[in-house]
Amino acid sequence: MPDATQPEPIISVRDLRVRYGEREILHGISFDVLRNETLVILGGSGSGKSTLLRTLVGLEKPSSGEIWIKGSNIAHISTSELNQIRMRLGMSFQGGALFGSMTVGENVALPLREHTQLEDSTIQIVVRLKLEQVGLAGFENYRPSQLSGGMKKRAAVARAMAMDPEMLFFDEPSAGLDPIIAAGIDNLIVKLKRAFRISIVIVTHELASAFLIADRMVLIDKGNIVAIGTRDAMRTSTHPRVRQFLDRIAEPEVGAEMDYLQMLTNDSPSEPR
Amino acid sequence: MSVTLRIGRGTLNGLTYLGGLAQLGGRAAYYTVVAPFRGRPLRLDRAVHQAMAVGVEALPILSLITFFIGVILALQGAYELRKFGALHYVASAVAISMTRELGPLMTAIVVIGRSGSAFAAEIGTMKVTEEIDALETMALNPIQFLVTPKFLAMVFMMPCLTIWADFMGILGGSLFGVTSAGFTFPGYINATLDALYLRDIVSGLIKSVMFGMTITAVGCYEGFSTGAGAEQVGRSTTSAVVVSIFLVIAVDLLFTALFYFTGGK
Repeated sequence: MPDATQPEPIISVRDLRVRYGEREILHGISFDVLRNETLVILGGSGSGKSTLLRTLVGLEKPSSGEIWIKGSNIAHISTSELNQIRMRLGMSFQGGALFGSMTVGENVALPLREHTQLEDSTIQIVVRLKLEQVGLAGFENYRPSQLSGGMKKRAAVARAMAMDPEMLFFDEPSAGLDPIIAAGIDNLIVKLKRAFRISIVIVTHELASAFLIADRMVLIDKGNIVAIGTRDAMRTSTHPRVRQFLDRIAEPEVGAEMDYLQMLTNDSPSEPR
Repeated sequence: MSVTLRIGRGTLNGLTYLGGLAQLGGRAAYYTVVAPFRGRPLRLDRAVHQAMAVGVEALPILSLITFFIGVILALQGAYELRKFGALHYVASAVAISMTRELGPLMTAIVVIGRSGSAFAAEIGTMKVTEEIDALETMALNPIQFLVTPKFLAMVFMMPCLTIWADFMGILGGSLFGVTSAGFTFPGYINATLDALYLRDIVSGLIKSVMFGMTITAVGCYEGFSTGAGAEQVGRSTTSAVVVSIFLVIAVDLLFTALFYFTGGK
């Protein structure tokens, strides 16, 4: 599917910088997400990949740079304009972020109740349909607390899909799940990708699922893009940083150990009297 | 750090906090009063649900506490009044202290403990589990969605609870009045009604509405300013209670002074 037709970006990120207080997390990032492609953002812990995702859905304000989504620069639009765009996207959070005070069905129904004029009976049908799509048929009256981790993620996907979004965002879809359940979530994403014309952006550090799901990949390290390309291009890349990440080679720790030793010797409290 | 610097920083932080509260309160008021006329309907079902939690479920404990307070007020009043042989003034002493001051105040204290803390814990937990973020990405305003129903429930339930608290306090006073001050029960109630002016009750109710707004604003503000991690929820809950108690007393002082200086006979 990648590069089949003329590549038309649905999201364009240009020289994006994000800072929390004094600390800059993203140091000028540029890339495109093409229509109907699945882009995986890979990166280690603390690489800034989650911040990037949060910025894409407007939860963090960039300190500079541009994010064009469907022709609007969301770095410089009002909240109501941003909300118009948000109606066209779905986000699945790491822990699911289901509302604990509502049932699973009410969670999925919420965006429909708030943003559409649909009849209640229609909403019920849509909810059942969405839950069936993620393999949770018959669970609409369960509370989120009664679901396992994998089921919560599936329910969160159903909620993200409720408004038939054009863009779907996933934050660490397989985090905290055992390999079998995680593979189930991967299969679900592949199924959604095949079944719907939808652009998907996934943040993860799971290599296996990344290579299974992705059309293209972006590797982020310390707030910069190291490499960007199709999954085959990534697999055969000779870039040392890419190889290190893909071949799971640990960071050389000698320097860190020396620092640690120095810290111990310098800061250790004097002998007890 | 020098003392002046500390005082300056403290004052600045306090003012920032009050500014944040005012902003949150203002936005909640906007979504309660203005937005319904602009096509954003109120969530009455949620407000009713909150009102049950804030109000109806507080009745047993509030009744017990204010009944005891009524007895205590009668005992303390009688201790002084009997020196002058004016034990029959016990009814009016209890009635006026209850309606003007202790009814609204004790209600506020109970509501802070039950609901102010719960608001902070609920919103704080939602912050930690990214539910607030989820609301935002679904194009739902967290203040409209979470704060407005609480605001509405509190503004409505606080005066109701206060009326009940006044009544229970007077009932508590009558226990002493009937058993130890030579009143009959109808006689005690008559003495109470003779002593009370509508102004006493209304001033207490106005206070209670102000308390309700303060408690909601502080509880929700603390909830929204919860940082990452479960222990932060505990911190928010604690400071919601402490700050609410302080601000309720401050608002109480302000309005008591206001009523005193504007309500001269």
